[in-house]
Amino acid sequence: MAQQSRPPSETADVIELLLRTGDNTLVLGHRVSEWCGHSPVLEEDIALANSALDLIGQTQLWLGLAGELEALMNGQARTADQLAYLRDAAQFRNVLLVERPNGDFGQTLMRQFLFDAWHLELLKTLENSTHPRIAEIAAKAIKEVYYHVERSADLVIRLGDGSDESHRRMQAALDDIWSYAGELFVADAYDERLAAAGIAPNPADLKPKWEQTVLRVLSEATLTVPAGTFVHKGGKRGIHTEHLGFILAQMQFLQRAYPGAVW
Amino acid sequence: MTPSPSLDQVWQWLDEVKDPEIPVISLTELGIIRAVRYQDDELVVTVTPTYSGCPATGIINLDIETALRGHGVERLRLERQLSPPWTTDWISPSGRDKLLAYGIVPPIDGTAADGRLLARLDAMATGRNLVMACPRCRSTATEKISQFGSTPCKASYRCTACLEPFDYFKCI
Repeated sequence: MAQQSRPPSETADVIELLLRTGDNTLVLGHRVSEWCGHSPVLEEDIALANSALDLIGQTQLWLGLAGELEALMNGQARTADQLAYLRDAAQFRNVLLVERPNGDFGQTLMRQFLFDAWHLELLKTLENSTHPRIAEIAAKAIKEVYYHVERSADLVIRLGDGSDESHRRMQAALDDIWSYAGELFVADAYDERLAAAGIAPNPADLKPKWEQTVLRVLSEATLTVPAGTFVHKGGKRGIHTEHLGFILAQMQFLQRAYPGAVW
Repeated sequence: MTPSPSLDQVWQWLDEVKDPEIPVISLTELGIIRAVRYQDDELVVTVTPTYSGCPATGIINLDIETALRGHGVERLRLERQLSPPWTTDWISPSGRDKLLAYGIVPPIDGTAADGRLLARLDAMATGRNLVMACPRCRSTATEKISQFGSTPCKASYRCTACLEPFDYFKCI
């Protein structure tokens, strides 16, 4: 296998990348799935559940590969399920944005749109990764994300440029979540090494295109971008808000209570 | 020991295995069987997933295994192939006809979302949809209800002539 010719330090970096990517899709997928049965209308309920399903499916590919590569490092492979169900909060590498509570439908959509617009740019670069396994997962996932971003952008515009009440809620959602988007573009030493090896983009380089999309859509939605520049961060390093613990309590309950249970 | 079945024979058997969620179309018509080969004595069937989270994937693998074992194949392995990613372009002409007869409008090639969001914003803002005929009454007075339907691969539409809702198998 191609990975075996790579130095162990690089494999460790790749595993970190896979955990970050897979934990983002896992936690957001779980969050979005919480809407199942609670959406304002049936069609949106189905759409949210389907988006969540795509994200969880992508998680299986990202975390599945992470577990496979771990075996090269220490001889012990973990499955995607084991990584999802048997790590504690500090081992999760998702950004804080995706663990934000769902709030109302507008808050959920705004979070989704800011994430989708970033996810698209990330996958566009990963599609051309020098790591073939990463490139093939990205090429698969991006086709689903094309639809995610169209849907969330469309709804942000329709609700932002909608009734007084929907506009008010979308502006409040944007004001609430904006300071959590910046972590998507914060690079650390892992990112810099992965970028130098052509495996993944430097997150900072994704920002101009993300901004181009986001600012245009928010403008169409007649929404005002908050002025603040403060960025909440920490999730990528395992420092999370209390919200992640509650997510894990629900997500992991069964495997914690009945270890190894299958159905 | 019985002789190993020919690959043509295996393809024929696979063409009898239906998609579990759209049981009128076979796995080969859906275009998800990428290769069939023998490696030593073992039959290897390469399958590509439609959507990465499609819950039917596990059932499909089980159905393939059940069908081939039912035909006497003993040494069998299923491989997953991600690249190139599955596209609705691979749905065969006969598969498309069967989808339509079943009430699902087949994919209109070349209309997949492609990430060029800003270029598509204007069309989205005006609410323009793909023009498609209702599978029941053939009227083109149809409108999109939701980009996601009963499964991730379908969108929900409705016909404003006969008032029936229907599914569209969207391009990917």
